[in-house]
Amino acid sequence: MYLKRIVVFLCVSFLALGSTGLATTLEDVKARGVLNCGISEGVPGFSIPDSSGRWVGFDVDMARAVAAAVLKDGEKIKFVSLASKQKIVAVSSGQVDLTSRTTTWTLKRDAKQGVDFTTIVFYDGQGFMIPKAMGVTSAKDLDGASVCVTAGTTSELNVADFARANNIKFEIVVFDGKKEALNAYASGRCDVFTTDISQLAALRSTLAKPADHLILPEVLSKEPLSPLVRHGDNQWKDIVTWVTNGLIAAEEHGITKANVLKIKETSKNPVVQRMLGKSGDTGSYLGLDKDWMVRAIQTVGNYGEIYQRHFGPDTQLNIPRGINNLWTKGGQHYALPIR
Amino acid sequence: MALQMAVLGVILYGCHGLLTNTQANLAARNIASGFGFLSLESGMPISNSLLPYTPADTYGYAFFMGLINTVFVSVIGIILSTLLGIIIGVARVSSNWLVSKLAEIYVEVLRNIPLLLTLFFAYTIVLAALPVPKKSLMPLAGFFLNNRGIYLPRPVFEPGMAAVMVALVVGILGAMVIIGMARRIHDRTGRVIPGFSLGLVTAVVLPLAVFFMAGSPVTMEHAVLKGFNFRGGLVIRPEFSALMTGIILYTAAFIGENVRSGIQSVDPGQINASKALGLSQALTMRRIVLPQALRVIIPSTTNDYASLVKNSSLAVAIGYPDMVSVGGTIIGQNDQAIEIIAMWMGVYMTINLFISLVMNWLNSRVQLIGR
Repeated sequence: MYLKRIVVFLCVSFLALGSTGLATTLEDVKARGVLNCGISEGVPGFSIPDSSGRWVGFDVDMARAVAAAVLKDGEKIKFVSLASKQKIVAVSSGQVDLTSRTTTWTLKRDAKQGVDFTTIVFYDGQGFMIPKAMGVTSAKDLDGASVCVTAGTTSELNVADFARANNIKFEIVVFDGKKEALNAYASGRCDVFTTDISQLAALRSTLAKPADHLILPEVLSKEPLSPLVRHGDNQWKDIVTWVTNGLIAAEEHGITKANVLKIKETSKNPVVQRMLGKSGDTGSYLGLDKDWMVRAIQTVGNYGEIYQRHFGPDTQLNIPRGINNLWTKGGQHYALPIR
Repeated sequence: MALQMAVLGVILYGCHGLLTNTQANLAARNIASGFGFLSLESGMPISNSLLPYTPADTYGYAFFMGLINTVFVSVIGIILSTLLGIIIGVARVSSNWLVSKLAEIYVEVLRNIPLLLTLFFAYTIVLAALPVPKKSLMPLAGFFLNNRGIYLPRPVFEPGMAAVMVALVVGILGAMVIIGMARRIHDRTGRVIPGFSLGLVTAVVLPLAVFFMAGSPVTMEHAVLKGFNFRGGLVIRPEFSALMTGIILYTAAFIGENVRSGIQSVDPGQINASKALGLSQALTMRRIVLPQALRVIIPSTTNDYASLVKNSSLAVAIGYPDMVSVGGTIIGQNDQAIEIIAMWMGVYMTINLFISLVMNWLNSRVQLIGR
């Protein structure tokens, strides 16, 4: 009885719809054995596939650290490439466990959109990129210009705000994907391409003649970038928050990818001992084991190492640490006490 | 019976569970539900809006801008792809080998390439082929062509224009009366009166006469290069041009095939008979072939129109703010996906139901009527 089987199957599925109850994200991830992480569509430095198709970048390493802490393996992670306007729905709907994806922390997103932010991993600001040949030196001289921007970003809203605040008119052309927006700029459809300044630097390096393009000095907005997790699962939010925080603390204490095991054995500093699980058990507060931070640092290194690897002077991007340095060196990164 | 009731009960329970579960999950994540967000300020820009719009307007109005863009693209797309489709279809059955082969190649190429690729291709070509604003092409005085769009002079109406509009309406009504009378006389007496031509003359001459009597109450506002871009005038943006080009070329290939199959469905014996009766080729087409071909053409073309409306949502890929593009941004800003998706579905369904209503009415008109 073929039909009968179908009816039974449908009944069972409908009954399943009726039942409630969701496991916590940590349980889900552990049961699955893989961390699902939302990532950008490809921004050099932040997240982009390398020649072998493996995702690399600053955002990628931040996520691998979480996988290493939770699943004991930085490779047990599945990256899902998300367009800007998908990123929040992807987290709130549970499609991904977190995003590590150049997302600006704003009140509305935090309070009203079903997601929580964890820690600021990168302090950014929005800027304008123009062809040098335009001969413009200030954003305020751009009245009447066409501006290419990606949909669903704070950049899209900021540029509209900037025009209103300065009483100038832009023709703002909104594209669904960052690549489409950049291509339209490259082909001359727009005079201006706008997004966060670090991404401008990164994307400029992908243009045919990077030297022909200028990033204007004005910073339109503050863009504190943070990973996203689903609203309402505090344990999971704590995990992502404290892994990132641990990477910053590791830099403060000079713990690196290379020396983490040695320091764990030799350090007499009780703060470091607690962090690396030598004394006490900070991991248990988060539902993890003692070695959570050791594995995270072993996998990706401390915050400074990650930054140098993807944005440092040896890279094509060469974005100065500036505000993204440790608080002790004039920057904003200030690790919270792990105890 | 008892089994059916049980199954119904299970389905209802499932739907109820889905609903309460969704509500509980939204509440747990502090996501608002309902349509209250539509009256909040959007803050988002929309290029290519048909009515005046600024980021200070509401989400509801922004969505409406997207909606009228979708309707606009659909209407223009349906009209132009029908015209092109008829040409392609007639060319397909042409006795001229070259013409029919070219039409066949057109159909096979356009029909077998995904529309999205055609759109990307059209957009890339449009942007690559046209110059920057400072080096605009000027095919006619007051017309400018560059990679920011096609700039046309914009007619600005002065007070006397109201009279011209009245004359136009009167002219069209008059034309309809004349065509109706011509048909009645033809039905009664068999005399052929060129009612359509007479009607057309009425509909054109009357408003034109009033227009000149009122002293041509229209001035043209020309686009002027100022800074980086042209200002003023009427602009057709490249995103719109590319979208229209892609959609029309694609849909015309399907409509062309409908037209071809319609024409070929008419028994050649009827055409021969019509020739034997001494009807001209044009009259044969108009009186014998087309009325019968339409019975075949209309139902499948209704489907193609519905596809065209749905395909217009691919606009999002090339930066044209249709309803899906604008709605997607609104979802990104509010996370109220369920509400927006419901609105999308409602609008597409309404448009397509309206199209099938009109087409079904048309279809019932062209069915064979037994006398």
